Amino acid sequence: MGQRTPLYDRHVRMGGKIIDFAGWEMPIHYGSQIEEHHAVRRAAGMFDVSHMTVVDLTGDRARAFLRKLLANNIDRVQAPGKALYSCMLDEQGGVIDDVIVYFVREDFFRLVANAGTRDKDLAWLRQQARPFDVDVRPRPELAMIAVQGPTARGLVLDLLETNLRTTAALLEPFFAVLEAENGEWFVSRTGYTGEDGFEIILPVADAVQLWDRLAERGVRPIGLGARDTLRLEAGMNLYGSDMSEATTPLESGLGWTVGWEPPDRDFIGRAALEKQRAAGVPAKLVALVLEGKGVLRNHQTVMTAAGAGEITSGSFSPTLGRSIARARIPAAATGERCEVEIRGRLEPARIVKLPFVRRGEIMVSL
Amino acid sequence: MSNIPADLKYTRSHEWLRLNTDGTAVIGITDHAQDQLGDMVYVEVPDTGRSLAAGEACAVVESVKAASDVYAPLAGEVLEGNASLADAPEAVNQDPYGSGWLLKLKLSDDNPAGLMDAAAYTAFLASEEQ
Repeated sequence: MGQRTPLYDRHVRMGGKIIDFAGWEMPIHYGSQIEEHHAVRRAAGMFDVSHMTVVDLTGDRARAFLRKLLANNIDRVQAPGKALYSCMLDEQGGVIDDVIVYFVREDFFRLVANAGTRDKDLAWLRQQARPFDVDVRPRPELAMIAVQGPTARGLVLDLLETNLRTTAALLEPFFAVLEAENGEWFVSRTGYTGEDGFEIILPVADAVQLWDRLAERGVRPIGLGARDTLRLEAGMNLYGSDMSEATTPLESGLGWTVGWEPPDRDFIGRAALEKQRAAGVPAKLVALVLEGKGVLRNHQTVMTAAGAGEITSGSFSPTLGRSIARARIPAAATGERCEVEIRGRLEPARIVKLPFVRRGEIMVSL
Repeated sequence: MSNIPADLKYTRSHEWLRLNTDGTAVIGITDHAQDQLGDMVYVEVPDTGRSLAAGEACAVVESVKAASDVYAPLAGEVLEGNASLADAPEAVNQDPYGSGWLLKLKLSDDNPAGLMDAAAYTAFLASEEQ
């Protein structure tokens, strides 16, 4: 039997179809993945993301540790609550994981990582933190709920305790607030869907109550299936599919997350990335729209004038009504045209700019 | 609990078959299969006149989650593929035994050996779930 989040019983009771996900028993959908997808784009949906890895990093040298650990520059984050998206690299520049780090205090940063990478992430963090005397504390006793969609913020704010509500209402995108007075609620204006909303890290007992109260207000529970199509439309990378230890951020559409400046910040993987940049990055991650009918799937071959590539994440896009994908193709490929081998046939596809969908609006021409 | 109509035959790969008295048959995927696959987004049916061997892949149903082959339960010639599914693949979810049918076959062998009746398919699903 896999691990269960504190909301497992709620998922079963609400009709969730349970699957194994990275060792967790999680809902893939609650009846219709497509309806759930539309609910998030048009109103609001809630996701149980308690399986994700929340780690608190504390100590006087926490920032110095993150300067070394992260490919992105933690010094860009100075205001309390500010969040930073970054890859955590190995010495070869391979992506160990992609994480969000929140600045709480100078001696306290909170890191949120993926579920499937938990053990290796913790081992790596502990190993790298030792010389900095930083305490690495996973927080499995906390639950995490994401509420996303155009009406999500208002619905969540209504349910927050007065002080927290006032502060949370003023949060800019990619900022968080920690309310330690009333049971340690951590509210961040972040998400994984291309919609506005909050992610809330909170004690287990409060999580069950929040889930129920959101449901009473008509917020739909959303399974992992729609979470994947929403993030694909939003143009966000998925660890293990779009990037991994076998690829660098430069080959994974994440060059923008690498903090090259200042040149003397010696982060793990920097030398390897500089070497790759100097030699020429061989591949790039692009976005595809399938011209005709059919569905793009992971690992299908993509043919370009500059050579073959591979789909890293493919699915049907409910918002576009077409199939979309991310694909790793030769860096030398230019232009929009390519072909994807689907079940033995070459089907025309188009290389487009990300995101496919932002705040409910289709951003690519069809 | 899946809907398993008593008047149909079933395969271990979750196709259903409605045998008509004139030697033709209608084929689709079962309620259990559509439920397992989830929301359908694309269905590919065979061309009229195509000759199928028993067990041959003859259609593709694609849900958001995965693409799955559909196999011909018996040998025969395709009389018609359900063209309406090109624009309404969700019919396979909503009405798997009705408007969500996939193809009609003129059977070259009218002996439905190896197919399960509703009771046997019910027992088969129960054994698969264990």
